[in-house]
Amino acid sequence: MAEEGLMTKTDGDEFVVFDGVQKSYDGTTLVVKDLNLSVPKGEFLTMLGPSGSGKTTCLMMLAGFETATSGEIRLQGRNINTVPPHKRGIGMVFQNYALFPHMSVAENLAFPLEVRKIGKSEREQKVRRALEMVQMGDFGGRRPAQLSGGQQQRIALARALVFEPELVLMDEPLGALDKQLREQMQFEITRIAHDLGITVVYVTHDQTEALTMSDRVAVFNDGRIQQLATPSDLYEHPANSFVAQFIGENNRLMGTVTRIQGDACIVRLDSGDEIDAKPVNVIRVGDRTQISIRPERVETNKDRLRDGAHTLQAEVLEFIYMGDIFRTRLRVAGHDDFIIKTRNAPDQIRHQPGSMIDIGWLPDDCRALDAPQGT
Amino acid sequence: MSLPVYATPLQRIWHVAFRVLCGLIFFFLVAPILIIIPLSFNAQDFFTFTPEMLRLDPAGFSLKHYDDFFNNPDWRLPLLNSLAIAPVAMLISVGLGTLAAIGLSQSHVPFKGAIMAILISPMIVPLVISAAGMYFFYSRIGLQGTYWGVVLAHAALGTPFVIITVTATLVGFDQSLTRAAASLGAGPLRTFFKVQMPLILPGVVAGGLFAFITSFDEVVVVIFLGAPGDKTLPWQMFTGLREQISPTILAAATVLVTVSALLLITLEILRRRSERLRGLSPN
Ligand SMILES: Nc1ncnc2c1ncn2[C@@H]1O[C@H](COP(=O)(O)OP(=O)(O)O)[C@@H](O)[C@H]1O
Ligand SMILES: [Mg+2]
Repeated sequence: MAEEGLMTKTDGDEFVVFDGVQKSYDGTTLVVKDLNLSVPKGEFLTMLGPSGSGKTTCLMMLAGFETATSGEIRLQGRNINTVPPHKRGIGMVFQNYALFPHMSVAENLAFPLEVRKIGKSEREQKVRRALEMVQMGDFGGRRPAQLSGGQQQRIALARALVFEPELVLMDEPLGALDKQLREQMQFEITRIAHDLGITVVYVTHDQTEALTMSDRVAVFNDGRIQQLATPSDLYEHPANSFVAQFIGENNRLMGTVTRIQGDACIVRLDSGDEIDAKPVNVIRVGDRTQISIRPERVETNKDRLRDGAHTLQAEVLEFIYMGDIFRTRLRVAGHDDFIIKTRNAPDQIRHQPGSMIDIGWLPDDCRALDAPQGT
Repeated sequence: MSLPVYATPLQRIWHVAFRVLCGLIFFFLVAPILIIIPLSFNAQDFFTFTPEMLRLDPAGFSLKHYDDFFNNPDWRLPLLNSLAIAPVAMLISVGLGTLAAIGLSQSHVPFKGAIMAILISPMIVPLVISAAGMYFFYSRIGLQGTYWGVVLAHAALGTPFVIITVTATLVGFDQSLTRAAASLGAGPLRTFFKVQMPLILPGVVAGGLFAFITSFDEVVVVIFLGAPGDKTLPWQMFTGLREQISPTILAAATVLVTVSALLLITLEILRRRSERLRGLSPN
């Protein structure tokens, strides 16, 4: 895999390192299986994956609330396996915020500073600056319970940052907010993280959040990193069928590889049609494969396709007007859940249900991936 | 709870009957306690209402039994003894009970159910049996007939109340708060005193009040273990009833009822405060 290079050790630039880390809660099943990950200083890294894939467990091991069953976790080159959580100096934002309900907002923020025996005037100054950073300057005297969810979220963020940690962990911090607030906070968290130059390890199951916020995304499934890549690589070059399916919308067609030639291959679909594709993790002629095509990369205009490109016949089943885009559902090669998205431009054709059209794509956009088990 | 307009006659009758029944049960429970209060102001040495009292004639009332209660050494010393025993027993119960509850709330502790059952058993085992057992055990180790013997015995009786109330508060305690404290750099001790303790305080105080009342009202164990010179108030009331029936006992009872009521009111205020704190806390 091309991503292997990023996961192996590169001396010098390692701020956080997971080295062969495994975790089992019950002593039999591994919840985290052989995690190797290295995060350079200043990076915003997101762990993305479905619920139960082991993201929180990884974060808790880094924070020190769970111990790794085997392997080593290093922070700035130092093994921290035996360092207790309160001595790691890692900031943390919890999903439920975990603000101390019996303290005012200012007291919550002053707590880590008192622990560090910082003098009163400096403490007050730092608290004020942290509150201003999250635009909550006037709320120091309130109790957490007197704040809305979004405001509590900001306070939790300010509290995790006020003692100036170099590494901050966040476990689905925006999960409880409504969509609009979530988008606003996504933007603010990335802005603050960038301004302060801190390293962030962020956990979410929301792929949009992962794509918009991160420098790199580690896609988790079943206790393993499936792919570690930048957001655009992840979206455009998914390394396997799980990633392709998990990130963004995707059309799937099943088939068998009939010819491989460098970085192009021919796949015979189960319906008998042949198409061009880019082999990603199919190796041999005769391999079962799952073809993956993004709905916005399907071309209905033959003139824009390469000469001799394979096309498929499709029947239009449904046309949905969505304002900025059109969403058309087609029957292609026996699958009736094939979606194409087209931009709402003046010259764009609005396909009528029942009509037959030809569709095609650039071979690069059509990726031949491993066939998931049971297909 | 008002009756809906479509209620049948039978439902209407039941509606009224139910209220009457509840009233009667309530009366049955509190009348014996409340009747003592006016009687304790009797100007005569009787346990009944005199004609003057029934006429509400001021001459029929007096504070003489209270005067006797607070100034007669027969009553004053037991009162002072009780006040010397109950708070100390309470403090021991609170310390042990709180630690036990916190320990038992950790997920990794084995045999939780069994340990809990043993710690709670003084509440369930008949008092006479506990008292007899303590008598033999304490005699062996020289605690029988001493101040500390009574204090320790009362502490053992009060601890289950603290365990139960603190455990109940811990159920609602958000464990991510202790993690948050640790992530902010606080060690276990600071986390306990600055984060956990303030939030479970209502449970601790409630348990403490129960422990206090348990010791303050207790008569069986103290008869077995106490020295004759260390008579407590309930003990004095008990012997007073058998030997010289004096209405001073009514004044004593009124004082005890008042103290208990004040403690219960405190408890209720604390409970509301904790509910407010928790209701407000994000979950
Ligand atoms: N404290 C725990 N004890 C036992 N099993 C746990 C514990 N925490 C998580 N697990 C299990 O570990 C797996 C991964 O959980 P988690 O790391 O929380 O996943 P994610 O955060 O990706 O949803 C799940 O199957 C979960 O049931
Ligand atoms: Mg999780």
